[in-house]
Amino acid sequence: MDRFLRHKTLVVSLVVIASNAFGNYTLTRGMRDVGSTVSISPLPYIHAMLDPWVVAGVVLLAIWLITRLALLSWADLSYVIMVTSTAYVLSAVLAKVFLGERISLIRWTGIVLISLGAFIVARTFPSTAPEPEETEE
Amino acid sequence: MKWLLLALVVVPGTVGDVLMSIGMKRHGEIEDFGLRNLLSLLWDMVRNPYLITGIVAMAVSFFALMALLSVAQLSFAVPATASSYLVETALAKYVLKEDIDAARWAGACLVSIGVVLASL
Repeated sequence: MDRFLRHKTLVVSLVVIASNAFGNYTLTRGMRDVGSTVSISPLPYIHAMLDPWVVAGVVLLAIWLITRLALLSWADLSYVIMVTSTAYVLSAVLAKVFLGERISLIRWTGIVLISLGAFIVARTFPSTAPEPEETEE
Repeated sequence: MKWLLLALVVVPGTVGDVLMSIGMKRHGEIEDFGLRNLLSLLWDMVRNPYLITGIVAMAVSFFALMALLSVAQLSFAVPATASSYLVETALAKYVLKEDIDAARWAGACLVSIGVVLASL
């Protein structure tokens, strides 16, 4: 049972991390096509929603929200935030590979520290909090 | 102005995470991603007060960050977002009663420092 919970946690965490990083990437890509839209009028946003990169970004971030909530349904908050912080790492790699951004040595150091912190927490048992007293359904 | 926006990024962000965690523990463990479980989750997202407040708080935090980045440098926002890993770990210990052992604290410190460095 514990083994199953660990596996489930790992798989869902990977989906949360990937949907977050790829969602940010596709949204950034899409907003570059669309141009800056700081406006109170909804029209520029509706226009932005027609861009396929933006649509992909919104879908991915919806997947991110749902899977993150699912993860929180059994895993500790202190576990979830640390393990999913590796989305920073994946985002940096995506930015380097696809957007051609340069990553300095000091940023690489930060990326290594985030990965190390996430790895240490990922090895702890995901669920330590007591069960809530009243559960619905 | 930028300090107000910073507060609107950090406070709703951390409180929102705690509320979403409470809301989902009350919802109960999601066993698999079948249609029935997904619909029950979506239904709870508009009915469970912890989830509603948590998601609204997260949205406030997100838009405050967008607004903050339009009036201040990213380096102004980053120390606060980085320290939120430590604040949320403390809230997880005292509010959610999670068992925060040395490994969790070490992870929180490494991630916080890492986030600062990764933004430089």
